[in-house]
Amino acid sequence: MNPSYNKEPVIENRSMVLVWTVVVVLVIFLIRLLIVQILDHKYHELAQQNAIRRVNAYAPRGIIFDRNGKKIVVNRPIYDLMVVPGELPQPLDTVRLAELIRLPISELVQRLRKATTYSRFRPSLLHAQIRVEDFAQIQESLHDFSGIYAETRTVRTYLYPAAAHALGYVGEASPELIEKSNGEYNAGDYVGISGLEKTYENYLKGKRGVQYRYVDVHNREVGRYKDGAFDSLPIPGEDLHLGLDIELQVYAEQLMANKRGSVVAIEPSTGEILTMVSTPSYDPALLVGNVRGKNYRKLQKDPLKPLFNRPLQAMYPPGSIVKSLQALIGQELGLIGPESRFPCGGGYAIAGHVVKCTHKHVALNLEESIQHSCNPYYCYVFKAMVDQNRGLKPREGYKVWYDYMQKFNIGRKCEIDLPNERKGILPSPEYYDKIYGKNRWKSSTIISLSIGQGEFGITPLQMAHTMAIFANKGKYHAPHLVRSIGVTGQKKMKYRQTYQIPVQARHFNVVQDAMQKVVDMGTATAYGKIDSIVVCGKTGTAQNPHGKDHAVFVCFAPRVNPKIAVAVVVENAGFGGVWAAPVASLMIEKYLRGGTRRTELEERLLKARILPAGMDTLPTTRL
Amino acid sequence: MSVVREEKSVFQFIDKPLLWTYAALCLIGWIAIYAAVYNPSHRHLWDLDQNYGKQMVWILSSWGILVVILSVHPRIFYHSSPIIYLITMVLGLAVAFLGREVNGARAWFEVGSFRLQPAEFMKLSTALMVAYFFANRPVRLDRFSSQILAGLWLIIPVILLLLQKDTGSALVYVAFVLVFYREGLSVNYLLFGLASAFVSVLTLWLGANTMAIVLPVTALLYVVMAANSRKAAVVSIRYLIPAMALVLAVGYAFDNVLLPHQKQRILVLLGKVDDLRGAGYNVHQSLIAIGSGGLWGKGFLQGTQTKFDFVPEQSTDFIFCTVAEEYGFWGSALLLALFGFLLLRIFQIAERQPGTFGRVYGYGIGCILFLHVTINIGMTLGLLPVIGIPLPLISYGGSSLWSFTAMIAILLRLDSGRMLGIR
Repeated sequence: MNPSYNKEPVIENRSMVLVWTVVVVLVIFLIRLLIVQILDHKYHELAQQNAIRRVNAYAPRGIIFDRNGKKIVVNRPIYDLMVVPGELPQPLDTVRLAELIRLPISELVQRLRKATTYSRFRPSLLHAQIRVEDFAQIQESLHDFSGIYAETRTVRTYLYPAAAHALGYVGEASPELIEKSNGEYNAGDYVGISGLEKTYENYLKGKRGVQYRYVDVHNREVGRYKDGAFDSLPIPGEDLHLGLDIELQVYAEQLMANKRGSVVAIEPSTGEILTMVSTPSYDPALLVGNVRGKNYRKLQKDPLKPLFNRPLQAMYPPGSIVKSLQALIGQELGLIGPESRFPCGGGYAIAGHVVKCTHKHVALNLEESIQHSCNPYYCYVFKAMVDQNRGLKPREGYKVWYDYMQKFNIGRKCEIDLPNERKGILPSPEYYDKIYGKNRWKSSTIISLSIGQGEFGITPLQMAHTMAIFANKGKYHAPHLVRSIGVTGQKKMKYRQTYQIPVQARHFNVVQDAMQKVVDMGTATAYGKIDSIVVCGKTGTAQNPHGKDHAVFVCFAPRVNPKIAVAVVVENAGFGGVWAAPVASLMIEKYLRGGTRRTELEERLLKARILPAGMDTLPTTRL
Repeated sequence: MSVVREEKSVFQFIDKPLLWTYAALCLIGWIAIYAAVYNPSHRHLWDLDQNYGKQMVWILSSWGILVVILSVHPRIFYHSSPIIYLITMVLGLAVAFLGREVNGARAWFEVGSFRLQPAEFMKLSTALMVAYFFANRPVRLDRFSSQILAGLWLIIPVILLLLQKDTGSALVYVAFVLVFYREGLSVNYLLFGLASAFVSVLTLWLGANTMAIVLPVTALLYVVMAANSRKAAVVSIRYLIPAMALVLAVGYAFDNVLLPHQKQRILVLLGKVDDLRGAGYNVHQSLIAIGSGGLWGKGFLQGTQTKFDFVPEQSTDFIFCTVAEEYGFWGSALLLALFGFLLLRIFQIAERQPGTFGRVYGYGIGCILFLHVTINIGMTLGLLPVIGIPLPLISYGGSSLWSFTAMIAILLRLDSGRMLGIR
């Protein structure tokens, strides 16, 4: 049985059994290794999920500056808490977690369930937009909750509580947008929802980066995957430089406080918007962060509709603005001249109906007719243009009139760089064909258009834009807020282009003369006139079937080399000269001189409350 | 004359393949431990706060032990076997009451920051004692009385280990059944063991109640279909009765003897329970680490699963994962091959010993090492339930490294001095 000395042992059967036992076991292990390491690929993926965390590096949105280089909208850091349900400790102390992140426990449980339904191994958003101050507390206890980690990102912060409607706001990308965007947007991404944030979304948003980090079993980040070889840095969004003057904007909003209406100011030489006010307004900060939804619903329910962007969406009868336009068109068509006179007699009679005038004028010339807003004068001018235009039928005559109006951007969008602009109301010839039958209507049928009434509406933006055209004697740029984008320093192509109204510049002289007289010695003198600045303006009273008339004042200044064109609408304020003219006048002074000495007038405006009956208590959400 | 020559060239007669395999495994172990606990902020190789720093101390001291053992006269081991056995058993008894409890087992003496585990040395001393027992008198293992007498040396350490609640170490003593087989125990015991294991696993898998139906039905079918039904019936009854008894015993033991965590581990292994966060967590993470290694592995220090602590006990019981993740299939296969070579070489050396003491001792430690490798790697690969015993020479731990070193060193010394004729 035992081998003899000095000889190599002969391994007999029993030892061979043991040898084979060892070999068989090792071969079984080898086969198992082959299966686990080479044939079955699921372990690679599981390992990735275990150890590598994909952390979004959100790009900060572009910063928004005013025309003087002041920052208006910047970014501040906030934290989003993410959860990977499969990595949560078991059992989870939901009570403590809810307390820690200050969420109702039912809400927390629901969110956790939703996240689990989405994926056990992919991160879902647990709690969005925690402020830096609040996060400091949470962070200390976060290591007790494996599977929960924070992503840093930035949200908007507004350095002036102003220009809410123009700036717009940002929210999370909707599921539909994510679907449509082809990977451009992912869940949790921010997207501009209104205002400039929406129009310039593609410039402002930047490009998000991603970082792959190793995490250990305790949810601690322990390094960068492959030393960051697959990481990409976020590319910040491009900055916007606006034509808006934030100080003028704030001043205008103060003047319009406790009033309902609009102010639009444009730099005539460039078409840049200097000010755009819609009141009642709201603090743009209300729509930032995790309070956005709650505040938005509050604003939506407000009877004064602070979310309504009046300069672009509210429509008023254009009134005497249309008279000035007809004066220009009539001259250009050769139908009237500066010395054309039409009888007033206190009214223009048609078919047993009289268009009345505010005063009983003697037969006025063109300039006087504008200055005094003579209604019958323009009934005659309208009749001349529509019914007696060089042998054209009334329909064709109206078509000419209609086309000219559209050239002035009446009844047509100004193409401003903001969403939801309305084009106003200007009935087309086809519209009247439909109502009255083709060629069965003429000037007398639609005579109220001649004095800017009837089925006629323009927005405050269109009013201000018209003033810019008057100031430039026919040349204009499409109105816009952004004067330069990002590093290129260019504005959008369509705003670089100069347009020309097909009316000769000399025809504007009569209109400007008349408007200067309105301010110097007419209806707007008391509150509109400014020492040593020649202001051309026009008061208006937009009829309001629902209550007191709206006060309107449009103007530009100075007359020579004009710097600012303004339109002011104060709803339910009655005559335009009393409430609308001083707002424009004070703004012109502020813009051209830096301030006013008419402190009494300023005080009166700042204190005034002009609101519809029953709505004159302001909730705190409004400004 | 032989004594003089032998003393002059003690290292000349040492079995070099076994020595180098041993040294290679020690170094592979150290590298694996370094990778498992690697932390960029503690790069220092000698950092005694880190496991790899301590392991280096253990390795160097082991080599000291190796040199000492190789320098003494081989007959010393034969003569001191009973004393060593006695001392380690007393230590084993003492630790069960005085030791420090870690993870539920009271198996460690604590000296400063180092821990000593008597269980590791009990394996060595048992191997020595069993060899001494066989060398001292002719043992006829075909006789029941001899079987009882030989088994006594195993029963004592197993009882002590159960007292310490160290079930894993107790299981290793199954290795001696293989040794007894080599020394003449009937092959039927092995077959009986295999059959019992098969029936037990089947019982756990299907449940005792199902098995109580399956077994008689199978037997009945066998009797009906067999050519000689009468003979078949006799055979059936002879096997059916102990099998049924086993089924009942296993069913009872599972329900009443096993601790809840042991039950859960078994259920997870059988795929009856999917518990990736609880009892199944270790093995699931272990398989992820091993599986993600692929063919070529992730490279030294590139293992993410082991390094970031996803795999528990990664420098001790689950050290194989680190090797498999970082060196892939080829690295794992190489390690298995090294172990295979080590075991077969030990068997070969045991077989060539002139005396019974050397041969039985050689098989003793060979089978202990084999059981360790099988249980440990089988566990990490998800083939066997989780039983916490180290992978020899690779796992972190001073006691086990010292013990395994001593086992191999004594065999090397016996082998190099085999001409001295120790029977």
